[in-house]
Amino acid sequence: MKFSRYIADKVFIWLSFVCVIAAMVPLASILYYVTVNGISAINWDFFTQLPPPPGFQVSGGGLGNAIQGTLILVGLAAAIGIPIGVFSGVYISEYGNNFYGRTVRLLGDVLVGNPSIVVGVLLYVLIVIPEHGFSVKAGSVALAVMMIPIISATTSEALKLVPNSIREASVALGVKRWRTVLLVVNNAKTGIATGVLLATARVMGETAPLIYTVAVNNFWYSGLSAPVGYLTYYIWNYATSGFQNWTSLAWGAAFILIVMILVINIAVRTLTRGRQVRV
Amino acid sequence: MKTKNLADDSFKIIVFVFSFSIIAMTLIFFYELWTGSYYTLKEGLSFFTISRFDPVGNVYGVYPEIYGSVVTSAIALLIGVPISLGVAIFLAELSPGPLRSPISFIVELLAAVPSVIYGFWALLILSPLLSYKVYPVILKYLGFLPIFRGPISGATLLTAGVVLAVMIIPIVSAVSKDCLLAVPDSQREAAYALGATRSEAIRISVLSYAKSGILASIFLGLGRAFGETIAVAMVIGNSPYVSGSLFSQGATLASLILNDFGDSFSPQFTSALVEAGLILLCVVFLTNVVARYMIGRLARNREAASYI
Repeated sequence: MKFSRYIADKVFIWLSFVCVIAAMVPLASILYYVTVNGISAINWDFFTQLPPPPGFQVSGGGLGNAIQGTLILVGLAAAIGIPIGVFSGVYISEYGNNFYGRTVRLLGDVLVGNPSIVVGVLLYVLIVIPEHGFSVKAGSVALAVMMIPIISATTSEALKLVPNSIREASVALGVKRWRTVLLVVNNAKTGIATGVLLATARVMGETAPLIYTVAVNNFWYSGLSAPVGYLTYYIWNYATSGFQNWTSLAWGAAFILIVMILVINIAVRTLTRGRQVRV
Repeated sequence: MKTKNLADDSFKIIVFVFSFSIIAMTLIFFYELWTGSYYTLKEGLSFFTISRFDPVGNVYGVYPEIYGSVVTSAIALLIGVPISLGVAIFLAELSPGPLRSPISFIVELLAAVPSVIYGFWALLILSPLLSYKVYPVILKYLGFLPIFRGPISGATLLTAGVVLAVMIIPIVSAVSKDCLLAVPDSQREAAYALGATRSEAIRISVLSYAKSGILASIFLGLGRAFGETIAVAMVIGNSPYVSGSLFSQGATLASLILNDFGDSFSPQFTSALVEAGLILLCVVFLTNVVARYMIGRLARNREAASYI
């Protein structure tokens, strides 16, 4: 073999390894800075107090309302999105072997990649303008709209992994079709739960659709028709503010958020080995 | 013998109705954004060519924002796609067994980081690093190129493109990795039998076989980059310039929508923002349909791994 070909081979292999390193450096850097700056911003007040006024020598205050708001928004979105998404996935996998089913699947996959700001604009037009006000309601519907296609796709993937022999055995025993489908769903419940959790983690970190639908509220939750605070808003707004105490709170919020999201992701991905669904 | 069964039929109808929500959502997206941009749509193409977005003067054009979206997405693809392909090739073809799953795991975590945290990190860590350390070097050696003209702004189109490149790595590398893994071994064996080295076998027989899947992954990355909002808005400067230099500030369609939130005081203003959203929707919808169609065809052809 010519020496130049040998060198080209080695260079190629090392280049691809360099790409792997290049892809990992940003994650390492993000985790490092968020952890180092975030932990120092976390204390009891962070969870229990309301946002403080901006300043350089001001201390105290927290983002308790934002933690509350994020949990409420994501919880409501999950309550709307999970049943719709799961049932839609059941249709695609168990009844969808036809033109309609394939269309739903394709459109669902396409909606997964839909820009989140567009979801915000849609709900702004659909709910905020007619009701003359930003609200938790509009925000949680926006997040649900983002969750449905993800859950639908992950559910149908999970159901397809259930071996056909289970369906055949069930039908052969004279079990009704719908009971058979429930049996299949029961068999795939780990996979379905994986998709649901990943979708929840995904919308937890969304900002753009909420800014257009919930706006923000610096006080505690005060009903479905009022705005509320949420972590991602404060990360965005306080990060760009330039005030020392606000920037510090933004790091704290980023830390809390990334811990919640990574815990869900790491737990889900280590517990479920094998074929993965991608969100 | 086929018997009617009430429970079976009603269950099927229930799940059908839920599945129809996806079709309904798609239709509502297009319908609402189309009717919502009534005032500016009837102005026609001037929306694309005017470079002034002036709610007070009631003149709306998003030429600089379209320029910004296109340029930042292009930078993201130029930087992100080669890195993603390197990652995909390493994971699918070269990686020693024990390294494979930890590395894919870490790359997948990159997709889990919320975009606002990317933006935060880029604003406070990456942007100063690039603007004060890296760009001056580029300016010194490549400053004769018009795209690298000074002065270097604190927030630049190039920085936004770099952040987007990082953000598209997970999707592009994951989908192209799956496509590489779906290439049959006979392809590699044929190349080795002809005396190819490992890199030659990958280039000749694996990459060319997986071409359309890789193209689909690039389309998915393009859709991500074009529609990304908050991370870009935090580092791009949000000034509607078309200077031609990557070191100047800019704005994208998504960042325009985000920054004008809540400012809308007239139906025309709202309509202009909604039309910007409609452009985003159409572009991303189209790229995603193309990508999903290509992936779907591959998967049908050879029962490849599952993708969403």
